[in-house]
Amino acid sequence: MSAPSPAPIPASPLSLRPDGPVEIVPGIHWIGALDPGLRSFDVIMKTANGTTYNAYAVRGTDGVAVIDTVDRACAAEFLARLEAVARYDEITVLVLNHLEPDHTGAVHELLRRAPQAHVLVSPRGMQILRALLGDEADRYRISAVKTGDSIPLGGRSLRFFTTPNVHWPDTQCTWVEEDGILFTCDLFGSHYCDGRLFDDLVGDFRFCFEYYYDRLMRPFRSFVAAALDLIEPLDIAVIAPSHGPILRTRPRDYLRQYRRLTSPRFADAAGTDRSLLIFYVSAHGATGQMARAIEAGAAEEPGVRVSLFDLEGGEIAPFIDLIEGADGIVLGTPTINGDAVRTIWDLLVTLGDVETRGKLGAAFGSYGWSGEAVRLVEARLQALKMRLPEPGLRVKFHPNEADLDEARAFGVRLAQHLTGRAQPREIDFADLAAR
Amino acid sequence: MDKATLTFTDVSITVNVPTGTRIIEMSEKVGSGITYGCREGECGTCLTHVIEGGENLSEPSALELRVLSENLAGKDDRLACQCRVLGGAVKVRPGG
Ligand code: FES
Ligand SMILES: [Fe+2]
Ligand SMILES: [Fe+2]
Repeated sequence: MSAPSPAPIPASPLSLRPDGPVEIVPGIHWIGALDPGLRSFDVIMKTANGTTYNAYAVRGTDGVAVIDTVDRACAAEFLARLEAVARYDEITVLVLNHLEPDHTGAVHELLRRAPQAHVLVSPRGMQILRALLGDEADRYRISAVKTGDSIPLGGRSLRFFTTPNVHWPDTQCTWVEEDGILFTCDLFGSHYCDGRLFDDLVGDFRFCFEYYYDRLMRPFRSFVAAALDLIEPLDIAVIAPSHGPILRTRPRDYLRQYRRLTSPRFADAAGTDRSLLIFYVSAHGATGQMARAIEAGAAEEPGVRVSLFDLEGGEIAPFIDLIEGADGIVLGTPTINGDAVRTIWDLLVTLGDVETRGKLGAAFGSYGWSGEAVRLVEARLQALKMRLPEPGLRVKFHPNEADLDEARAFGVRLAQHLTGRAQPREIDFADLAAR
Repeated sequence: MDKATLTFTDVSITVNVPTGTRIIEMSEKVGSGITYGCREGECGTCLTHVIEGGENLSEPSALELRVLSENLAGKDDRLACQCRVLGGAVKVRPGG
């Protein structure tokens, strides 16, 4: 017997309006789509009251630019709103600020109806646009635009800011100087569906704005900060993102809020010291002994603040916040059933929520038979784009004095990789291949 | 076999390599932050900044040049999965 299909979710009437396009300023309209029934976005986020896919039409005296489209399921809704503000033969430009499917679901259909439109994407968008259009790519005029480029529409122009990795390599922002409107695509979005559209009219979406940053943007913190550097000097009247409310009430407050969110959760307690965090899990005390020896070694290096945590004594979330602001992490785990222990994996999985690229990483642990855990942890740290200057340290059973000396030396070397005082090493290809 | 050296400054290690070695073949093994995605010169993940010895690397192919320009790479940036060390000394760190 199959489970009964869930009853359709009754949408709030407020999330169903408007029927047509919505004017932001004369000649610039929202022509997006509402998706009030969505409850999970891209598997990674809950969306308690759905989301919107915002697309926009910008009219100049020489033509109309369409900025982004919508999810495929909402294509008809988008095209209907577009038709209410422009004829297809008036469309001269299609800007795709980001090519993820939730914003490119109507691109094929729109280009079939407006084949003359000049498609503009960021340089890194070119590759994915070619993949998206496949054989049809040759039929259309496609160009890459970057910071400093602009396209006149007659009486208005579009200027572009290349803001990569917020949250895809292809992301960019489009700026209409004459009206002070910045189209930011996913940046400054919220998954929050309310047909009243503007931030001063919709319900309380504040937590959605921050939650969205946390889930989507936080792993790209430094790129978000670089994007802010580019757009902060603009005299912005309206931030028009691709999800959720259009931000027209004190837009600078939203920029400030993003600045705050991109700052480390904990202020620089270590001052100018480099921060090295050691986390361990120990079944019978052996990995814990190694952890303390590594800590003692690292503490010898001036300019490094080293901290030791028994992972099972804490919760993952605050540790993740701490790691976000740290320069390096060292993870200790015994090998149990040929694997690292679950708590270590919980930490390693959750580390994907923050920016780890370029941080120093290392692994260690004691083992009884095979000792796979250290290698597995190292592989995950590398996948997180960390640098692993020292091969992991493994000890069979309990460490003896010599093992502990080695662990101390390992700690010293790790700390020196943070201060730039590490001894340069030379190795032969053949030895390396054997690693 | 002709020799060359390849230095990864982010992990302070120099590898003595046979000529013709691709940077990517070494970078993962030494634990450098130069990592890879596609390994086929398309994704740009392996973007590498060449600090010294760029003249000792193989010429970029048309594909590599296109991916580098689409990534707004600087003149000393290369794709680690594409370029080979031809001799002498080369010094690199993660790009981007
Ligand atoms: S790994 Fe994809 S371009 Fe080198
Ligand atoms: Fe996206
Ligand atoms: Fe999106």
